[in-house]
Amino acid sequence: MSNAPPSIEVINLDTHYGDRQVLKNVSLSVNPGEIFVIMGGSGSGKTTLLNHLLGLLRPTSGTIRILGKDINTLSSLEMQDLRTRMGVAFQSGALFSSMSVGDNIALPLREHTDLDEMTIGIVTRLKLEVVSLAGFEHLMPAELSGGMIKRAAFARAIVMDPKLLFCDEPSAGLDPVVASSIDDLILRLRDAMGMSIVVVTHDLDSTFKIADRICVLDKGEVLALDTVDAIRNSPNERIQNLLNRRTEEAEVDPDAYLRRLLGEKEKHANQPTQGRTGL
Amino acid sequence: MKIESRERDGAVVVALVGEVDLQHSPSVRKHLMELMFDRRPVVVDMTAVEYIDSSGIASLVEAYQAARKNGTRFVLAAVSQPAMRVLQLARLDKVFALADTVEAGLSA
Repeated sequence: MSNAPPSIEVINLDTHYGDRQVLKNVSLSVNPGEIFVIMGGSGSGKTTLLNHLLGLLRPTSGTIRILGKDINTLSSLEMQDLRTRMGVAFQSGALFSSMSVGDNIALPLREHTDLDEMTIGIVTRLKLEVVSLAGFEHLMPAELSGGMIKRAAFARAIVMDPKLLFCDEPSAGLDPVVASSIDDLILRLRDAMGMSIVVVTHDLDSTFKIADRICVLDKGEVLALDTVDAIRNSPNERIQNLLNRRTEEAEVDPDAYLRRLLGEKEKHANQPTQGRTGL
Repeated sequence: MKIESRERDGAVVVALVGEVDLQHSPSVRKHLMELMFDRRPVVVDMTAVEYIDSSGIASLVEAYQAARKNGTRFVLAAVSQPAMRVLQLARLDKVFALADTVEAGLSA
């Protein structure tokens, strides 16, 4: 990778939901043009981390720099400006159900630019071509399949040609062929536009296909952060359990277990013991 | 970014220099559409395009379509690697008239 400053820097990020600590001392950086995958089982904290990177949550402590800006020090206007350089493809698609596919995709251009309608129309249809949804601009979201909704969400996420693209579970709920086509799309976007792409997923096949580096989160901590090969060959038992889809029995703390059953409060702000962890 | 136009062999060679982004694509569009309005043959020299975003590509698409309607020449010449990657992403390299050099574009 180049010597350009990182697209994302996270330094010693701690965050809590109430008394429960969800992220513990998370540090990472994402380089320009890199596909960076955050993976982990359910409850590992990956969605919480994504929400922090999007500036939707305030951390308990720590620093998050996005495209060189410390997002916890930005005014709402500055944050809005930064967001125009970021795209997000949400897990559910998050399309407006009352708008056509074309209007959904054109929305960021209409909100944030002074481009004329002819240009907006061409850019919108261009993005539909890129995601293989050419000719679908007049359909409503309810008329699309799951895979088409994901692709439409991608089209909207990239319509402003962002420097940084976030994808939340891009292949969740899709059949393997459609999921693979989304992976191909992510790779093509990076290669053509040079954007940094952060993908949050628990899909191992997808991860190994697209990732430059992988951050494995486990119980709110960075268990490993390395290249695909290094993660594959990691001797760490918990990583191998994740990779081989083996469940782990959590250690039982009898006192804490009884307190939970009896509905009593935890004595300390520990995270609750999870019954099982797996992919 | 800069737009440099010069007359050559009966056509207008429009050199785009630098980054054709949201900020600059409206002026590229205006410049090209004025030439299309005058029915001028155009060769767009893209040697020095460091970056072009979708709005820049849209300006080229609109001008190309106007040229087709006019029956005049509109060629993208010496397309830089960053610009070609964007054209290829949307398969527009199969749509535009492309030339390896400005000279080849002028004689196309």
